Amino acid sequence: MSNIIDLSLSELVLNIKNKKISSKEVTSTYVERSKKSKNLNSYNEETFDTALKKASEFDSKPDFNKKLPGIPMAVKDLFCTKNIKTTASSKILNNFIPTYESTVTQNLWNDGAILLGKLNCDEFAMGSSNETSYFGNVISPIDKDLVPGGSSGGSASALAAKLTPATIGTDTGGSIRQPASFTGTVGLKPTYGSCSRYGIVAFASSLDQAGPMTQNVKDAALLLEVMSSFDNKDSTSVDFKRPLYSKDLSKDIKGKKIGIPKEYRVDGMSQEIEKLWEDGKNYLKDSGAEIIDVSLPHTKFALPTYYIVAPAEASSNLARYDGVKYGFRVEGDNLIDMYEKTRSAGFGDEVKRRIMIGTYVLSSGYYDAYYLKAQKVRRLIKNDFNNVFQKVDAILTPSTPSSAFKIGDKSNDPLSMYLNDIFTVPVNLAGLPGISIPAGLDKKGYPLGLQIIGKSFDEQNILNISYSMEEKINFKFNLNEWWMK
Amino acid sequence: MVDEMTKDYFIERNGKKYEVIIGLEVHAQVLSESKLFSTSPTKFGSEPNTQVSLVDAAFPGMLPVINEFCIKQAIKTGIGLNAKINNKSIFDRKNYFYADLPQGYQISQYKDPIVGEGFVVLDLATGSRTIGIERLHLEQDAGKSIHDIDPKNTLVDLNRSGVALMEIVSKPDLRSPDEVNVYIKKLRSIMRYLGTCDGNMQEGSLRADVNVSVRKQGEENYGTRCEIKNVNSIKFMQMAIEHEANRQVDILEDGGKIDQETRLFDTKKNETRSMRSKEDAHDYRYFPDPDLLPLEFTNDYIEDIKKEIPELPDQKKSRFIEKFNLSPYEANILVSDLDTSIYFEAVIENSDVKLSSNWITGELFALLNEKNLEITESPISAKNLSKLINLIKDGTISGKIAKTVFEMMAKGDKNPIDIVKEKGLKQQSDPKELEKLIEKVINENQDKVKEYKSGKDKLFGFFVGLAMKVSGGKANPQLVNEILKKKLK
Repeated sequence: MSNIIDLSLSELVLNIKNKKISSKEVTSTYVERSKKSKNLNSYNEETFDTALKKASEFDSKPDFNKKLPGIPMAVKDLFCTKNIKTTASSKILNNFIPTYESTVTQNLWNDGAILLGKLNCDEFAMGSSNETSYFGNVISPIDKDLVPGGSSGGSASALAAKLTPATIGTDTGGSIRQPASFTGTVGLKPTYGSCSRYGIVAFASSLDQAGPMTQNVKDAALLLEVMSSFDNKDSTSVDFKRPLYSKDLSKDIKGKKIGIPKEYRVDGMSQEIEKLWEDGKNYLKDSGAEIIDVSLPHTKFALPTYYIVAPAEASSNLARYDGVKYGFRVEGDNLIDMYEKTRSAGFGDEVKRRIMIGTYVLSSGYYDAYYLKAQKVRRLIKNDFNNVFQKVDAILTPSTPSSAFKIGDKSNDPLSMYLNDIFTVPVNLAGLPGISIPAGLDKKGYPLGLQIIGKSFDEQNILNISYSMEEKINFKFNLNEWWMK
Repeated sequence: MVDEMTKDYFIERNGKKYEVIIGLEVHAQVLSESKLFSTSPTKFGSEPNTQVSLVDAAFPGMLPVINEFCIKQAIKTGIGLNAKINNKSIFDRKNYFYADLPQGYQISQYKDPIVGEGFVVLDLATGSRTIGIERLHLEQDAGKSIHDIDPKNTLVDLNRSGVALMEIVSKPDLRSPDEVNVYIKKLRSIMRYLGTCDGNMQEGSLRADVNVSVRKQGEENYGTRCEIKNVNSIKFMQMAIEHEANRQVDILEDGGKIDQETRLFDTKKNETRSMRSKEDAHDYRYFPDPDLLPLEFTNDYIEDIKKEIPELPDQKKSRFIEKFNLSPYEANILVSDLDTSIYFEAVIENSDVKLSSNWITGELFALLNEKNLEITESPISAKNLSKLINLIKDGTISGKIAKTVFEMMAKGDKNPIDIVKEKGLKQQSDPKELEKLIEKVINENQDKVKEYKSGKDKLFGFFVGLAMKVSGGKANPQLVNEILKKKLK
């Protein structure tokens, strides 16, 4: 029996089903590791005792038909969890305990998973480095000075450090794929409408999507299979026949046409990234795929479009945090005074910045020039992808323009921080599925990821392509566990 | 209901006549068991905060889901307003902060409402007038802030939060407080026929924002308008318009200018006062709600709903006029309330139309009015009123006796046939019996007979009255007349 933490999610499932290990053994292993890893600051809330109790319950009455039988799992603190504090890493929800469960997490528990705790993230998922959390920044297990990426930074850090066998995040502009890329893990943002948004603290409703973050592609397929469901509590949930992604997973991608968009070769792109991309193409060719140069002409407008649409929706979505009904409140002389004091003290700088941007772009006199125009450009970006997908089955790009950066490096320079999302944002604007897989290391020894973008609801295809590439890339990355004392 | 005289309405000052231009934004609560975007019940008068779901209270991660029934209700109403149903419409967020608005925005419809232009026809004493409908859109109601229970705090009741409202916007086609009265009643009548709004103003199911402007008679352009917010009775609407129009005329006559603003009507002082000026107007930052997909219907969907539309007041009125030979006035009275028209049709199923119409609009309305009852609560059922009318028609009782019977029926919906039998009120129509009775009257009043025969014709009435009196009112008056004429020759 190999070490539990060396097993992937799929392997753990298999071993539990074969009764080689118990849920209790797995759970206590992850609990112990998590307890020793507080330096990373990846947890907002720990539910270790309950998890151990549930693991014992599972073992005493196991149901091996479940897809995640007795598997412990920590989740991003953006998913509402019944009777367990859910904060979105914001002071304004610091004391909020939902009486309800998000659909996606409910799907996990229904399939046998056990909650380990709630993972840190950027405040309301606004950030690319997990430095905007009210509970402090998360540290990458790769290096104590390094950000894990964001906004699902706690998830990426915990996954890479093996404090949870797999995890789930949310991705509005890259919040799953960018931290996955930064930490050498796999992160998948499904097609908009695949995973229910019910019970997920909303950031930008037309862009938010939950997705799996895992050690490998097979695990991502399995976790997506459990997460994704049609939900009539979310009007944007799509009722399509969901494949058994893990069962149908195949490395056979012979004859697949893969597009390489020239617009993603941005100015100042490093040699390392160029090479990574080139290697990716070669692996695909080796597997019998065909590489085709394509053009997504409106790519350069994606980032400005995103930074209009997302803040606009956020400014409205966050209006409910007003101190009246739940959460944090600072008393005031009157209603307006209470609002001002509560929201001034309750939100962090980045959240306030986006609320102000969003309020501005929706204001009378500016709406047409910003919000309406952004919606039109969004349509053009979507059309670009539609056109390209007439010719190709998937698109290959780098996940990020660089590897993980140092803590504090960009926190005072929002524009440079926003630029980090340049390759991931267009996918959200078009509502498409995208996956980031680890593809190599830069000269500092930090992981770099490649992104495969697919057609709507064609997750199986990008999973297959990733699965094939994963084998060829054979990414190895060992952490020295410096953070554990 | 009887007298809705609408003369030309002008405000006169210093020999000049000002026309009053009125447009209404009516907020009608959709008749529905549950709210527009949640499954919470909508029952009126429940304990505060007992009809509130997580969605209504805007908990984190909660999402609105459209209640299709409310959509159908809005489409039905649109059809009732002769309006265009839009195949595609969009829900927008109207963003503003208030304690009883949990989301920090109201889900409403802005640029693309579910229903477009239509019209309603008003029946006025001076003829009919067509009032244009600009649009109808769906929106959520807010909760209620209660300021007068706790001395220090405002309390919030979210029972209404999320209840579906239809905002029906008229064109600026109304010209007087009286027309506003008729317009509101007509809207209410149509919606009650459709079952889309109960129109109960006491419970706040029907409220209106009133836009008022004035212009000198003959002028083409509209004046600057003021909006009077949230007026909840027809009487207050009329008072508010009256006051506001006069206020505007006074300003203009003093050489002033009207400021476009939102005003409130103070029902105690009978005056409007400024709430906020145009400069202070909220910037609601409308944008399409990304949590909801656009509403899209096929023409078939709309056609299917059309099939469910019952006969509406205007159609019913035409039918009553054509089929039952009623006057437009009578027909109007009988159709304006759905329940009245149902009652009427139940009565005439077995009875004379003209008599039925007279008895319903006369005796029955007077009775209901006196007891402050709706026709659905009438102490006399349609079936028994029909029997009473048949007793009159076939001569069993006279109209006068019928009124007595009616009064007895009102005390507990008794069968008039039984009353007539029990009290022996049947009309005396046996000529022999009557002859005896009349002979007796003549014999006992020989002096009057003499006078009559000598030319005092007026005395005929005296004999009729006497005969009726002796019969206890039961004698058939027609027969009494005939026999008397014969005997007194």
